[in-house]
Amino acid sequence: METIIAATPTTLNFDVQNIRKNFPILNEQVHGHPLIYFDNAATTQKPRQVIEAISDYYQHSNANVHRAIHTLGEQATEGYEEARRKIARFINAESEKQIIFTRGTTESINLVASAWGEKFVGQGDEIIVTEMEHHSNLIPWQLLAEKVGAKLRYIPFTEDGTLDTSLFETLLNKQTKIVALTHMSNVFGTINPIKKIVRLAHDRGIPVLLDGAQSVPHLPIDVQSLDCDFLAFSGHKMVGPTGIGVLYAKTNRLENMNPYQGGGEMINAVWLDRATWAEIPHKFEAGTPNIAGAIGLGAAIDFLQQIGMKQITLYEQQLTTYALERMTRFKEMTIYGHAPERGSAISFNLGSIHPHDMAQFLDQYGVAIRAGHHCAQPIMRKLNVAAVNRASFYFYNTTEEIDAFIDVLKKARDFFDF
Amino acid sequence: MDSEFRELYQQIILDHNKSPRNYGHLDDATHVLDGQNPVCGDHYTIYLKVKDNIIEQARFEGSGCAISKASASIMTETIKGKTIEEADRYFEWFHKILTGSVDVNESLLKVGKLAAFAGVADFPVRVKCATLAWHTMHNALHNKKERVSTEEDEA
Repeated sequence: METIIAATPTTLNFDVQNIRKNFPILNEQVHGHPLIYFDNAATTQKPRQVIEAISDYYQHSNANVHRAIHTLGEQATEGYEEARRKIARFINAESEKQIIFTRGTTESINLVASAWGEKFVGQGDEIIVTEMEHHSNLIPWQLLAEKVGAKLRYIPFTEDGTLDTSLFETLLNKQTKIVALTHMSNVFGTINPIKKIVRLAHDRGIPVLLDGAQSVPHLPIDVQSLDCDFLAFSGHKMVGPTGIGVLYAKTNRLENMNPYQGGGEMINAVWLDRATWAEIPHKFEAGTPNIAGAIGLGAAIDFLQQIGMKQITLYEQQLTTYALERMTRFKEMTIYGHAPERGSAISFNLGSIHPHDMAQFLDQYGVAIRAGHHCAQPIMRKLNVAAVNRASFYFYNTTEEIDAFIDVLKKARDFFDF
Repeated sequence: MDSEFRELYQQIILDHNKSPRNYGHLDDATHVLDGQNPVCGDHYTIYLKVKDNIIEQARFEGSGCAISKASASIMTETIKGKTIEEADRYFEWFHKILTGSVDVNESLLKVGKLAAFAGVADFPVRVKCATLAWHTMHNALHNKKERVSTEEDEA
């Protein structure tokens, strides 16, 4: 049985029905049933406030940033830079100059692998990742390793889906140039012991990159307390729009990195044969950025902060505990991941029902879950399964929805008859 | 539950998923080939024993969703005892059924149990599940040695 960090109900003050009113899509019907959206680890739904912020920008302030000497240009620049300040405050960065806008977590990690990696990682060097990474925090390092002649090494995970940190120290050596790992697993839900990993790496002067795609939307994040060197996350998994994401990095790291892409916006002075780079963060933002996306992400952060990240974490812990308790009552149920500290993504298989059949069946009752390899094929290989189902909750989900989900699981069991 | 969904998961498909026919290794196979769908992880091995242009034995091993497994099971039943040319014709009919370009009621005599897969036409993403075993069988019969993959490049 799972041990879950017990939520303390006395500190929880959460009016979920009121919160749901802000999400127009939650009124949708799917195959004649109310939508039950349990695919939040893939992407989250958007509140009216975010949709309106984007629409308002295009209706009233649309112009290019950092260029135009006119009113709309100033409004657009102000909106874009205000979003950067909101993000800095949200993760407690020292300065908004440490916030780079990207297309998402994947681009943020590719930026580091390319602009930092190609400068500081060389022949014979080593990059440490874990066996539980999403492809987005694995492939960029594979590409870098191939390019510069470096080698990847892996922190393994144990049967309960937690990292075997006892082996971590043995992996560290003089050739280790970076440690890149996920803060929260998108398959197991495991919250990894980041502070311990960072301390051990920093003792040897090795920087740490955190994939925060699954953690930043669900946990209060303080980059100064975590002390990570890089943090990558996506807007669309935290009620923001798609196509906008963030790379946070410590100032000295950013200042020493190569530029990522060349173009407008990222330069200081340009001659026909050479150029000098703009100050950070603009050095890493070539071309016209996703202005509306940044403004939408700013509105998403306002929305999350109005509820409070601690409240969100506590509420989701209650939901997850409740769901796990109900799901494990099926004797045919396999849950993948039993970490004592975990988030709200639950991977499972029910008897011999193939995840694609299960997802198709659940969809008939309006329940949206994910089925497949979850962009983590090395995990599937180690678990010796081709695919798993994943239900993942966000703060607008309810225990009533979990009850309905359990009822459909029972129907699926009867339908596929085992 | 929609009628399209019922059409997709007909009783005969659920039955073959639960109790697949001709399942397992074939020792004296003359043709053996692997097929996989890298996107969803379905993978099967098809075993055929061909003698004097007749498919004397057809078996399969592997795992995947109900649609892919039932399809492999019904396929082995369909082609057993048939000539290579007849198996090719079933392969073509099966494709027409899945793309909705054949009236299964009119052609029921020809296609038999394969008519159960007509409902797949309403679920385009599931067509690859239904065709995996068939493509693998077809390539095996015609001695194409490369492993069958439903995707051009592995995801």
